[in-house]
Amino acid sequence: MPQPTKGARLGGSPAHQRLMLANLATSLFRHGKIRTTETKAKRLRPFAERLVTFGKRGDLNSRRRAIAVLRDKEVVHQLFEEIARRYANRPGGYTRTTKIGPRKGDNAPMAVIELVEELAVAEPEAKRAARKAAKADAVAALAGETDEADEAAAPEAKAPETDLVGADEEPPYGEGSHAPLEDDSQPEGFPIKGNEDSKLYHTTDSPSYKRTVAEVWFATEEAAEAAGFQKPPSQRDKDDSEDSAE
Amino acid sequence: MAVPKRRMSRSNTRSRRAQWKAQAVATVPCPQCKSPKLPHAACGVCGTYNGRQVVEV
Repeated sequence: MPQPTKGARLGGSPAHQRLMLANLATSLFRHGKIRTTETKAKRLRPFAERLVTFGKRGDLNSRRRAIAVLRDKEVVHQLFEEIARRYANRPGGYTRTTKIGPRKGDNAPMAVIELVEELAVAEPEAKRAARKAAKADAVAALAGETDEADEAAAPEAKAPETDLVGADEEPPYGEGSHAPLEDDSQPEGFPIKGNEDSKLYHTTDSPSYKRTVAEVWFATEEAAEAAGFQKPPSQRDKDDSEDSAE
Repeated sequence: MAVPKRRMSRSNTRSRRAQWKAQAVATVPCPQCKSPKLPHAACGVCGTYNGRQVVEV
């Protein structure tokens, strides 16, 4: 038996919550996308997905159970005919919630909940079986066969690194520059990050060094300046003022 | 019932209230339009989240 939700009901009473969820679900199926508060969206998600599952089952009993909740027969028809068909190859996860920040007026955190699009390609059976097998292996490894698992994992871990070295491109800004690696890590001997949009470079001392996503790497500051990149203005000013003080 | 014996001085009141400080909202730059937005939420300027248009603007 499903556990009842902990805490207070939406709207105060169980009846009010039932009506509210029914209305929210009706609107969601009618419009495909609704804007509501985060709390309501969170409660609506399992509620609506269960109704979609009824739709996918499609028999008379599930239709009656859906009508008991939704009441609007037009929406139930839409759910069983269009929405359920759209998700025939999707194993759950029919809705998506995105936060959109606080509402003007009462500062309530708002969210958009929508029915997700059709799954273009169904997950191949083979892939799913492979994942299941991998999971079983992991369980087996935890059960005490760790040595075997380590040996199996080690060559796999090494393989991507060698690939990255092979994928090296020509230096995009001449000598002393380096194209970014696929995993965004620092290439050996190129510590300075360059931002192609702002044409700024960041040394390891820069406060925004960590934040910067390197579109190009430089070996030295001179190399970066030769390529037309500049120091961030904030740091430039500091240097100037220090110069004048001296 | 317990009641205060003395009126609280202006100084004490003000010292207490001096600790009420507003904090800046944490933001991150939007990957689409670079404007500051709340983390883990759709951008209020361009209405995108995770490369997907969530809200019409």
